[in-house]
Amino acid sequence: MSELTRRAVLQRLAAAIAAAGAIDLLDAQEGHAAVLQAAAASGGAYAPKALTAHEFATLERLTDLIIPADAKPGAVQARVAAWIDQLLNVNAELKAKYTSGLAWLDERIAQTGANGPGAKDFVSATPAQQTALLDVIAVKRNRSAENDPGIDFFALARRMTADGFYTSDLGMRDVYMGNSPQAAFVVPQAAIDHVLGRSPLK
Amino acid sequence: MAQIAARSDVHDVVIIGSGAGGGTVTKVLADLGVKVLLMEAGPMVSMGDFKMLRTPASMVWHRGAGEHAEAYTGGRQTPLSFDAFYRADADDEPYTVADGSSFRWFRSRCIGGRTNHYGRVQLRYADYDFKPHDYDGLGFNWPIAYADIAPYYDKAERFIGVTGKAEGLRSAPDGIFQEPAPLKPHEILVQRACAKLGIKAINARQAVITSPLNGRPPCHYCGQCGRGCAQGSNYAASYTQIFPAMKTGNVTVVTNAMARELVTDASGKVTAVAYIDKTTGTEQQVRCRSVVVSASACESARLLLNSKASGHPDGLANENGQVGRYLTDTVGTSMSAQVPALAGMPVFNTDGYGAHLYIPWWMVDRHKELDFPRGYHVEVGGGGFGMPGLGFGANTYNRVEGYGLPLKQAIRDNYGPGTTIGFSGRGAMIPNEDCYCEIDPGKKDKWGIPVLRFHWKWRDSENHQRAHMRETFRAILESMGGTVNATPAPPASPPGGGIIHEVGCVRMGDDPKTSVLDKWCRAHHVPNLFVADGGPFVSHADKNPTHTIIALAWRTAEHLADELKKANV
Repeated sequence: MSELTRRAVLQRLAAAIAAAGAIDLLDAQEGHAAVLQAAAASGGAYAPKALTAHEFATLERLTDLIIPADAKPGAVQARVAAWIDQLLNVNAELKAKYTSGLAWLDERIAQTGANGPGAKDFVSATPAQQTALLDVIAVKRNRSAENDPGIDFFALARRMTADGFYTSDLGMRDVYMGNSPQAAFVVPQAAIDHVLGRSPLK
Repeated sequence: MAQIAARSDVHDVVIIGSGAGGGTVTKVLADLGVKVLLMEAGPMVSMGDFKMLRTPASMVWHRGAGEHAEAYTGGRQTPLSFDAFYRADADDEPYTVADGSSFRWFRSRCIGGRTNHYGRVQLRYADYDFKPHDYDGLGFNWPIAYADIAPYYDKAERFIGVTGKAEGLRSAPDGIFQEPAPLKPHEILVQRACAKLGIKAINARQAVITSPLNGRPPCHYCGQCGRGCAQGSNYAASYTQIFPAMKTGNVTVVTNAMARELVTDASGKVTAVAYIDKTTGTEQQVRCRSVVVSASACESARLLLNSKASGHPDGLANENGQVGRYLTDTVGTSMSAQVPALAGMPVFNTDGYGAHLYIPWWMVDRHKELDFPRGYHVEVGGGGFGMPGLGFGANTYNRVEGYGLPLKQAIRDNYGPGTTIGFSGRGAMIPNEDCYCEIDPGKKDKWGIPVLRFHWKWRDSENHQRAHMRETFRAILESMGGTVNATPAPPASPPGGGIIHEVGCVRMGDDPKTSVLDKWCRAHHVPNLFVADGGPFVSHADKNPTHTIIALAWRTAEHLADELKKANV
């Protein structure tokens, strides 16, 4: 860590908290995270705390559509829905946004549209039906009285899905290579050439 | 571990404080077969307290989203970071600052103290740093020279391990170095920019090992040194010195013990240390043949000033009123810039052990060109690939609508290194009469111990140096194509103590009229009282003080062992 960062952290800590307690909290949280990871490793299902089983399944499918797996894992493998559920469990205002947003998805997908009759609900809809709905609410120019609840909810869910994914130990590896033990510190020549080549000092 | 010594025991040496000074004295004496009692004002730590490889997923309160998810409703995120190992009870143990002064006192109460999380910058003082008055007529000479302490720098480096390469620079004496890790791309850029300006930037000298040493495994380059190292690949007094010393059977450790007073006999010799057992709030005493005060410069001064008796009404070893005087910190300022050359650099693990490059002072023989005395070195930061946190990817998804693989790929494509490069100057301060600490007659801490009051005033010598740092930083940053960040603007007159390099207050010297300690860091008039921390520093170089605290403490410990053998204490 750079000297600058270290000092900033220490100064912020010193100003903000009495840290003996913080150490204990940190340990407690780590235990909590360990339980989640253990459940994930054993394939154990997460029991939602804030959402109903149906709402949770809907949310999980939504996060899957927002950050799917490709060669690397996606939001489902990173258990993003469980992380969001834990947040909803500590904030009633946030929970209300999700319960009404998820219900909106079900209502909207059940409506008969130009492509024929709707599905029973969002989770049981075909992928094509699901993405057709997201294509509407993922785009701000589709704002209207009718679409606004969906657009607002999707913006929130997308932001939180990204947060949950990239801050998970699994998801951060989609981009980030640091914070892992190495036998030697190696600097790729391509990185050096890139920086020097674009500088006035090449 | 037996924690409470029986009152009837008389310990050969009681060591008060377990940081770089106390940790070194403990290890050196224990290895020489001396039985010691180590007293620490905070708790014991264990290797489990040092958390490497932390990620946001291990952060308290939902990866920083807040106890009640404030990040998504109230806009506030928890201030708690997962970055630091830190223990202090600032509320219980206050200090005061005199009107018109600004000072911050950072303390870490735990075994190992601040060495658990310090920056590991490990620099030798130069020859002129011990004789600054000879060099420019300002400040004070130390009673020892570089040659006196060089063997102890050697011992410290062989034992601790310090990275670096021999450079032959007067301002940055070479030592016994561990092979340094390669420079990072932004550091190579900084090095080239410096070379263009006639400034030599060299491998960082960090208290980190890159090959096995004394049973410790080499660094694995995770970059989270600031919380201590769970495998002990960098220096901290706790796991490098105190834990191994405890295995010798020669060390008794008493934790949560806040020293209140050094108790003396009629001749003025220290016979016991009175302390508060923080777990019960009761006062206890341990008896001793000698005492090493290593509580940190200001805390050591406080203990001496609070040790009053009829023979020394103004505090122990304070016949001349010098205890608490000539407090110094490091002169510091910083500047950063956006450097476009870094954008788009191919992703790799840039963590390493923090900075791998630093800039030693380059104008030793060119002082006539300057409007300030002494010099500074520069620490380099920035330029690496950061760990994702809350809000990661927002600059992409706020710009790019949509979802699915196109979103995931856009975030990958836009992930780049930090394009900020930052410099922190670390400069020498001339000791002055207006910077000191004293007992505040009107305030006591939770334990009933009178607290310190700080006085602070920078002089032009420091202010001019700070201005020169900023001119230098700008020149280097702009020569690499950088645009200097206007914010945050550093304060024109930052608080004293802000760099957390406070030294002085219990100075060494040849003259008992103007100093507290002799050249062995032994009190002039109290033959069994030694000080081993930043307190004995006579003048402060631009170098970070930890290495010199260790070397000086090592020298003092060997001398004390010798004197114990000769029954001279």
